[in-house]
Amino acid sequence: MLSGSLILFASLCYLGLLFVIAHLGERAAAADKSLIANPYVYTLSMAVYCTAWTYYGSVGRAANTGIGFLPIYLGPTLMAATWWFVLRKIIRISRLQRLNSIADFIASRYGKSALLGGLVTVVAVIGILPYISLQLKAISTSYTVLRDYPELGTLSRTVRELPWQDTAFWIALALAAFTILFGARNVDVTERHEGMVAAVAFESLFKLVAFLAVGLWVTFGLFDGPGELFRQAMNEPRLQQLTSTERLPGGYTSWLSLTLLSMVAVMFLPRQFHMAVVENVDENHVRRAMWMFPLYLLIINLFVLPLAFAGEMRFPGGSADPDFHVLTLPLAEQRDMLALFVFLGGLSAATGMVIVATIALTTMVSNDLVMPVLLRTRGRVFATRLDAGKTLMQIRRVTIVVIMLLGYLHFYLIGESYALVTIGLVSFCAVAQFAPAVLFGLYWKAASRLGAITGITAGFLIWLYTLLLPGFAQAGWLPRSFVDDGPFGIALLHPYHLFGLQGLDAITHSLFWSMLVNTGLLVGFSLFGTRSVAERVQAERFVGVFADGGRKLDVDALQGNATVGDLQNLVGRFLGQARTQRVFANALMTDNGKGQSADLQERLHETASPLLVEHSERLLAGAIGAASARVMINSVAGGTAPSIESVLSILEESSKVRSHSRRLEQQSRELEAATQELRSANERLQELDRLKDEFVATVSHELRTPLTSIRAFSEILLATPDMESTQRKEFLDIVVKESERLTRLVDQVLDLAKIESGRMEWRHEDLDLCTIVNDSLASVSQLIRERNIRCEKTLPDQTLNVNVDGDRLTQLLVNLLSNAVKFCDADDGRIALRLLSSEDGYRIEVEDNGAGIGPEEIEHVFEKFHQANRANAGESLGTGLGLPISRYIAEHHGGHLYVARSRPGSTVFALDLPRPSSGNDGPDTSGNRSDTETGR
Amino acid sequence: MGHEILIVEDERNIALSLEFLMKQAGHSVRSVGDGQDALDAIDELLPDLILLDVNLPTLDGYSVCARLRAEERTRHVRVLMLTARGREIEREKGMAAGANDYLTKPFSTRELVQRVESLLGET
Repeated sequence: MLSGSLILFASLCYLGLLFVIAHLGERAAAADKSLIANPYVYTLSMAVYCTAWTYYGSVGRAANTGIGFLPIYLGPTLMAATWWFVLRKIIRISRLQRLNSIADFIASRYGKSALLGGLVTVVAVIGILPYISLQLKAISTSYTVLRDYPELGTLSRTVRELPWQDTAFWIALALAAFTILFGARNVDVTERHEGMVAAVAFESLFKLVAFLAVGLWVTFGLFDGPGELFRQAMNEPRLQQLTSTERLPGGYTSWLSLTLLSMVAVMFLPRQFHMAVVENVDENHVRRAMWMFPLYLLIINLFVLPLAFAGEMRFPGGSADPDFHVLTLPLAEQRDMLALFVFLGGLSAATGMVIVATIALTTMVSNDLVMPVLLRTRGRVFATRLDAGKTLMQIRRVTIVVIMLLGYLHFYLIGESYALVTIGLVSFCAVAQFAPAVLFGLYWKAASRLGAITGITAGFLIWLYTLLLPGFAQAGWLPRSFVDDGPFGIALLHPYHLFGLQGLDAITHSLFWSMLVNTGLLVGFSLFGTRSVAERVQAERFVGVFADGGRKLDVDALQGNATVGDLQNLVGRFLGQARTQRVFANALMTDNGKGQSADLQERLHETASPLLVEHSERLLAGAIGAASARVMINSVAGGTAPSIESVLSILEESSKVRSHSRRLEQQSRELEAATQELRSANERLQELDRLKDEFVATVSHELRTPLTSIRAFSEILLATPDMESTQRKEFLDIVVKESERLTRLVDQVLDLAKIESGRMEWRHEDLDLCTIVNDSLASVSQLIRERNIRCEKTLPDQTLNVNVDGDRLTQLLVNLLSNAVKFCDADDGRIALRLLSSEDGYRIEVEDNGAGIGPEEIEHVFEKFHQANRANAGESLGTGLGLPISRYIAEHHGGHLYVARSRPGSTVFALDLPRPSSGNDGPDTSGNRSDTETGR
Repeated sequence: MGHEILIVEDERNIALSLEFLMKQAGHSVRSVGDGQDALDAIDELLPDLILLDVNLPTLDGYSVCARLRAEERTRHVRVLMLTARGREIEREKGMAAGANDYLTKPFSTRELVQRVESLLGET
């Protein structure tokens, strides 16, 4: 029996000692001499896993189930075997990405999703509350046991006290204050708490020693060694049963589920994550912790069974709560000081857990719940405030108090309805909901944000329904029928037998359903959903973290060989040189502790300090995104070459750039098409130019031919004054004819040029086609008479009204008639002119009885400057332009000029003209008038 | 001092003027209107000089000239080429084909006669 004040005094002394250790740890850290930078401290800090639950609860569980307490320690031992791969990967990722909680980790993995971070935080806080309440219960109960022994009846409280009459309430407030002292004292907000780690490591050592002390005293003091103890225990039938596995509640299924549960708990409990990942100083410490941590668990469990047996033998028939055998055994033997020591060990186990868990949860609450809301609602005000750190600290302090009070509330409401161990398992089951998201996220790139959110949400709701709510029901806050018959009597929804699943204990049952749904949703949504760019980038980084060229820590990588000038250049490219120079000058000024010049110009060639490199990266990240900034900095800092992932992420991130480049590509394609068009246009122009040159050359050749004759005969006539008159006349005739030819040629070249360039003026009138035919014939009648050619003319009776350019059409017909005159038989020349009218239109035919045009020549007669070879010698003064021009004229009138037939004795040129659309002329072709003119 | 002259020209009136000028200069003249006819005429009687038009209906002046130069019998016949094509490249083509001289239409009759005489004087 100890007085309350002594217990209180001893407790305060112990806590004071802890605070001194924490203070020393922080002082050492500030002096760059870390107390915690060794694998032993790291391992001991991870032993925060062993809480008051281990300390008191294991013995209680062993007293009831024999070796049934073991799975909780078997799981971590198994898990430790994977740490080199799994834990080290998580540490590496967290260091590279600057993550400081499991909420951060999951949110970051799935595309830095604020929603996911908030969700994980809420689940963690609600899930850990029972655990905190468990510690409160342990401290308050052990305090009561110590103070009131042997009046053990007070242990099961029947009358609910008001909070301020309750020890646990004051314990909660004291722990809150102590946690604030440890974790939220300084304005300096960092994710590392070296002092706290040192204190927690000391606590782990302290609770181990205390537990071993009572174990050794019982084994060797009360009994004569373990052999004697077990021999005596085996004499009691109830205890003998405990050594067989048959006493296990739920059998092997429970063993399996508890082992699995503790495997994930040792990794994903917020306080374990905090100690193992966030407070890790060197990832090589993991290697040592892999075997030392299981060893610690083994040692602390060594005396669990002896203590349980001894307790059961000393207090037979449940006369003492087995959870507190470690206290009641020394008390029963009047070893008060040992009991006090053991109580302090239990206190250390509880406080260690509460402090670390609360700090971890506080970090999550402030970073993933409060800050996002604060930044969104009052971001501008907050960002410009100089004392933002102070605000943050106040937020954290309030959060600590609130979490502690919530823990107390849980204890106050349902603290008595579960045994210690079961309360802890409820929390384990809650954090197990993080396992699929983390583990799939570490090894499966396709795991998606939507999958993680739905999985965790559904798993958490199932946990809430199958474990938390039944607790409230058993404590009487919900109708008792909820756990007896299911809600509203629906058996399918029974919280312990969901969908009729029987034969499992509550924990296994909850674990089964929540994990099934959680994993199912995660995998399902990941397989059949889409992922955002940010998700894919983060997935690449998380899954492929070790593939990144073996880079250990980013600070090492940043310590490359970049000069100040390099960095300034790089940053200046994105932020502008003037601003960058200003920022760099400032940065160098603060970085000036080593007595260096602050003059930027003098230091351009110095190697940049890691601080400056990091600063540059942050500056860049603002302009081009974090991933791109990292790659850019690596490119000058001479770190590792950008990995595929980082290059990929740049590509992914700069979708703007991609769409811009798509536009550029598009424009370049259009340009290419335009160039192609221009090229072909140019080719056409060159072809036209060549044709024009050819035309000019041909015209010049054609003009030179008559000129040659004219000049030659003129000179001959000049030089030969005594030429006889017949010859003189002959030569002069030639000169005249060639002059006429020249004139005709010039006229026709001009006509042709006008027609081809579209500048010909056409004068259309309503005319009678017969008149035009008659006029044309009249203009060559002189020639016909001279040559003594017989001409036959066939015309319709009535007028054939057409809208044509009469002069041009006459020119066409005269041209055809002249050719006929020129090419008809020299001795018995005969030509025929026929105007025919049909339904389709009009046809004018000009026939001569000359030698005909050869088949190979027919194609060419309408070509420019083609000279017929069939002319009667001496007659040919053609220009080679008559027929081409005639054809143009025909085409202009919508008609067609062609050689209808050609053979010796009969060559027919035909002109088809369409009927005018008005159609008011006589269509009749029957009454063709036929008369024959014979030249004299 | 009369020489045998062959005139190859398809334009009837130009051929007439050339015939008159050559006869006036005291040469004996034959006249054909096409390249093929010219080769036949040369086969028949080797002329001292040929007045050769370039543009001919079937076989052009360059081809005629090249054929003459390819054959031993006709290699040394003087050829004065006449063309209405005025460009420098035509003159080069003519000389390359083996013409001894080259005149562009329209030509001065006096110059023509002088060139003919000077070519005949070389033999």
